[in-house]
Amino acid sequence: MNIVVLVKQVPDTYSERKLSSGDHTLDRDATDAVLDEIDERAVESALQLKEANDGSEVTVVAMGPDRATDAIRKALSMGADKAVHLSDEALHGSCAVQTTKALAKVIGTLGEVDLILAGNEASDGRIGAIPAMVADVLGLPSLTHARELTVDGSTVTVRRETDDGVTVLSTELPAVVSVNEKINEPRYPSFKGIMAAKKKPVTTLTLADAGIDASEVGLASALTTVTSSQPKPPKSGGEKVEDEGDGGAKIAQFLVGQKLI
Amino acid sequence: MAEVLVLVDHLDGEIKKSTFELLTAARALGEPSAVVVGPAGSAGKLSEGLKAHGAAKIYIAETDSSDFLTPQVSVLASLVESKDPAAVLIGVSADGKEIAGRLAIKTNSALLGDVVGVSPEGGTHSVFGGAFIAEAKANTGHPVFTLRPGSVEVEQADGAGAEETVEVPAASGRSATVQSREPVTGGDRPELTEASVIVSGGRGVGSAEQFSVVEGLADSLGAAVGASRAAVDSGFYPHQFQVGQTGKTVSPQLYIALGISGAIQHRAGMQTSKTIIAVNKDPEAPIFEIADFGVVGDLFKVAPQLQEEVTKRKN
Ligand SMILES: Cc1cc2nc3c(=O)[nH]c(=O)nc-3n(C[C@H](O)[C@H](O)[C@H](O)COP(=O)(O)OP(=O)(O)OC[C@H]3O[C@@H](n4cnc5c(N)ncnc54)[C@H](O)[C@@H]3O)c2cc1C
Repeated sequence: MNIVVLVKQVPDTYSERKLSSGDHTLDRDATDAVLDEIDERAVESALQLKEANDGSEVTVVAMGPDRATDAIRKALSMGADKAVHLSDEALHGSCAVQTTKALAKVIGTLGEVDLILAGNEASDGRIGAIPAMVADVLGLPSLTHARELTVDGSTVTVRRETDDGVTVLSTELPAVVSVNEKINEPRYPSFKGIMAAKKKPVTTLTLADAGIDASEVGLASALTTVTSSQPKPPKSGGEKVEDEGDGGAKIAQFLVGQKLI
Repeated sequence: MAEVLVLVDHLDGEIKKSTFELLTAARALGEPSAVVVGPAGSAGKLSEGLKAHGAAKIYIAETDSSDFLTPQVSVLASLVESKDPAAVLIGVSADGKEIAGRLAIKTNSALLGDVVGVSPEGGTHSVFGGAFIAEAKANTGHPVFTLRPGSVEVEQADGAGAEETVEVPAASGRSATVQSREPVTGGDRPELTEASVIVSGGRGVGSAEQFSVVEGLADSLGAAVGASRAAVDSGFYPHQFQVGQTGKTVSPQLYIALGISGAIQHRAGMQTSKTIIAVNKDPEAPIFEIADFGVVGDLFKVAPQLQEEVTKRKN
């Protein structure tokens, strides 16, 4: 099977995340960057499928600035075979629709693909639907929020678990599948994996390489523009008391004072 | 006045509250037109509620297709084409986000996702768990918005509710097929995203059985029950109740955290709550940094006592 995994480098959710005051895009320098945790799970799913299907290959696709190579290396050290990185200054500030179309173009350079895997939503995004959008651009079915994923011959079946319930979805390959955070526990890269990753091929594509016109991406032609952004002052702590057998009663008193009960 | 398309979220003949929020928000942009997509006969039970919340028109597309979400996307896309609406409003949910994204691709529209407010100028985003507020505008016609539940106060308004049947166009690409569907049924407690009071439990609750302490306090307050990811991952509580970065974003009047340390990813989902109460036996737990009132103590002692006090006051 020819498997593609879409991965994103995101600001570490353990660090304080910021928007830059100039163009209100993500301030990538202010925070540590990591491979999005949900994408590690997508990579894990791809590797499990590869292990179950001899002759499979796992290709990681990322779009983002140069330092996204760290996220790519992480995926390679887990066991992915190779990577393609779309990196071009002109991509800065692209909106969701532009990003989707650019990713679809990159996938188009990879020849015949059987399965495209991705995390269900990025931890730094607001759209939460890029995998389904990529599928629509490619004319492929999307099976999203997978908690379980099985491929049997050319049929893929997913147990889609969301807050609203469980849906079992199936289709014929090729298809796009996004995974949710309950699907698996991603493996840690082994020392051997980390060493091997250094030698694995990473192809860097410019817009021109991927056949994308510079007018189709970037802040200037984005379909949405952030016009202002403002940090909200963080909430500060109030009173803290030690429980001396009356902790519950003290909370009740506080709530009465606030007219909450 | 320009039309604003509102996708109706409905289950078993009931309209979700988020749809009323959309109809209310839509009135700031134009005249709301409700769009109902569902199996034959679904629209009949919904029209009263839609009219009472200002729907001037109701487009009805009936289908028994098992194509996953494609009927919704195709119906909205054809209405965008034929009616040239001022905007399309869809509620934030897993399905809603996906329909919105696919629609934006099909109609080449600006996509303003997870907004907490809409205006003719654009949408307001609450970013990084409320740490930033950002305003965004659309640079195309018929922008597609997804609105976060609970961000708009529902207001009733009379709408003509003129019904019009629309075709479900044939899909252009392949779709996934729905084999089976088991919706989560609400139970007796309020929806997490709609509740004005939430009581959440973390790993400190210790087991699924002991979550009854969280539920007991919640029920005395008429509250929804939430959980941290550690509690969900440990199997104490089902995942649809997870609050945080990768769970629900909530902003109730009152949030009570029991045995939750207050990791940044949990805070991202609840730190915009009006009043926060924390009970934790570790005085250094970061949850206290954002708690308006904190008790350092054992939740199994404090929560039942609070429940008793609440019940006493009710009687
Ligand atoms: C990408 C990513 C996304 C994440 N998304 C989420 C998310 O959506 N939601 C989320 O919650 N987490 C999320 N997390 C996980 C998060 O980092 C924390 O691990 C998690 O929130 C911890 O849950 P907890 O506070 O219940 O557990 P712990 O951190 O283990 O805290 C348990 C607390 O209970 C206290 N305690 C124990 N016993 C008692 C007692 N008897 N009485 C009183 N207090 C007691 C302890 O002092 C401790 O503070 C995410 C992490 C990552 C990396």
